[in-house]
Amino acid sequence: MSQPVAPVRHVLIEGNKSYHQISEDLCVPTERAPSREWILAFSVASAFTALYVFAVVWTIWKGIGEWGANRTINWAWDITNFVWWIGIGHAGTLISAILLLFRQRWRTGVNRAAEAMTIFAVVCAGQFPLIHMGRLWLAFFIFPFPNTRGPLWVNFNSPLLWDVFAISTYFTVSLLFWYTGLVPDLATVRDRAAGFRKKMYEIFSFGWTGSAKHWQRWESLSLILAGLSTPLVLSVHTIVSFDFATSVIPGWHTTIFPPYFVAGAIFSGFAMVQTLMVITRKVLRLEQYITINHIDSMNKVIVLTGTIVGVAYLTELFIAWYSGYIYEQFAFYNRVFGVYWWSYFGMMFCNVISPQLFWSRRIRRSIWWTFFLSIVVNIGMWFERFVIIATTLARDYLPSSWSYYSPTWVEISIFTGTIGLFFFLFMIFTRLAPVVAIAEVKAILKVAGDQYIGPKARKDAHHQVQQVAEKQEEKN
Amino acid sequence: MSAESKKVLYGLYNDEEELKSAVKTARQRHLDIMDVFTPFPVHGLDPILGLKESRLHILGFIYGAIGALFGFLFMSWALAKDWPILFGGKPYWPVPSFIPITFEMTVLFSAWGMTLTFYTICGMWPGVKAKILDNRISDDKFCIAFDVTEAGQREVSDFKEFFHRTGAAEVHEKAL
Repeated sequence: MSQPVAPVRHVLIEGNKSYHQISEDLCVPTERAPSREWILAFSVASAFTALYVFAVVWTIWKGIGEWGANRTINWAWDITNFVWWIGIGHAGTLISAILLLFRQRWRTGVNRAAEAMTIFAVVCAGQFPLIHMGRLWLAFFIFPFPNTRGPLWVNFNSPLLWDVFAISTYFTVSLLFWYTGLVPDLATVRDRAAGFRKKMYEIFSFGWTGSAKHWQRWESLSLILAGLSTPLVLSVHTIVSFDFATSVIPGWHTTIFPPYFVAGAIFSGFAMVQTLMVITRKVLRLEQYITINHIDSMNKVIVLTGTIVGVAYLTELFIAWYSGYIYEQFAFYNRVFGVYWWSYFGMMFCNVISPQLFWSRRIRRSIWWTFFLSIVVNIGMWFERFVIIATTLARDYLPSSWSYYSPTWVEISIFTGTIGLFFFLFMIFTRLAPVVAIAEVKAILKVAGDQYIGPKARKDAHHQVQQVAEKQEEKN
Repeated sequence: MSAESKKVLYGLYNDEEELKSAVKTARQRHLDIMDVFTPFPVHGLDPILGLKESRLHILGFIYGAIGALFGFLFMSWALAKDWPILFGGKPYWPVPSFIPITFEMTVLFSAWGMTLTFYTICGMWPGVKAKILDNRISDDKFCIAFDVTEAGQREVSDFKEFFHRTGAAEVHEKAL
């Protein structure tokens, strides 16, 4: 460990941690009784989850007519929410996969929680296409399986079917990636536990021993899964954007959609990671593992992707004008100044203007600003999807079928309910598994711990280890 | 793995650098290491230990290729052969439309295949009881283990002397 330390390297683990202290700090949240804040927040999340279940059952019982969607605006809140949640999921894969390939060490503090967030966000997202079919019990018709209708196969030309494959692949692969990363840490929890808890974690940790060969295979698997997840995550939101872009609706039929959707997805996903992390690090006392440097790095990603999204918005407007095609021009005029003008300006303000504040280092490193802006960005990204879907459909080719859409209580309940469901799942996760990847944090301790680098570095820390090694060499 | 129990002599080290230099020494002296256990992946350990690179990624490629072929051929068969339907005047065999699903199937097969292979070759499944030498191995101890089931008195004392010289913090014997 004698390599020189690059001056650009940030301290990522504070508090002069030893390996044992890391296990201690990161396992304890799963071991101690839940705090009052946790119970309170969990009750609120459970209440919203109950509301969600009720509203979904109501929808299935009474039918889609209970929603405010109509023949003109047949995709309304439902698909807006779907795209919003799927987008949020993307940050987890970006952090765990793309940043792994780019060797960004700061991913280590947040990857576990971000991946969990991905999975829970995809769980929330997956509900919407299923319930909007109306007859939920026939949802399995979307898969190509041998059937008694011919067999008739699904339409492999349809982007909606591509979506089925993309999202189910994304969900299961993210789950594998996340769980395989979790297994060694569950073994750490297992080895500290006793009684029933030990039995439980024995099952969860699959009999992990920490053998050198297993670690080697584990790293190989993680790297390849990261390599697979990287194009996968880009393909998922690209295919989601195909749902719109391959249609012939002015305002949807644009080639800019795939990159624009992917940037937007990463943008909103990072915002959601920030919202979660700012709370989690406080409640679970993980400030020394999820440091201000982590928050700073994520805010930089937010300002970058927010700017890409802003450029995409302006490009869309420019191309609509430049195309000379009146339907396209009308679609965008209507998007900005039409019946839903407020959502367009909300989107512009939240997504393009507000993240620009992150150019300031003070704001980037402020917890309160980060928390506040992360919520603003999430609202903005929800507006973006609403703008694309509802505004575009509200004014189609036939003025006689123009209409307006507002949600009913059922849709509002389902949406707020999925936010509850998301937090419900995430909070259970914080009780069952270490929120920060223990083994990975230990692996970077000697290059990112504050006793080794940064202003608080102890001169002896590096040399101590070196001396031990040298002494042994001599002895032999 | 045999059903009868093994006797294992193991030493625990406090730091991965100590472990690495100890493993180096053991290899120089041709001591037959049964296994090394660490709380996290120690970089640079594999070549010292003489572990060959994992071939898991080759399997990953093969699984991916199977997935791609399966996806593409299935779609071709279903739409062009089994029940040809015209969708919006497109050809019966619309190859560009198959690209997204072919890609997804590649990733799906590769990821699932590799992960299942990983758990199988590591002998890990839900319900497998881990044979753990020491609970602290998943915390902060680095362990070298020797199989001493059939070792003579002299061999055992050789191992013990090795642990002593390389600075093992603790040395224990355990039946696995």
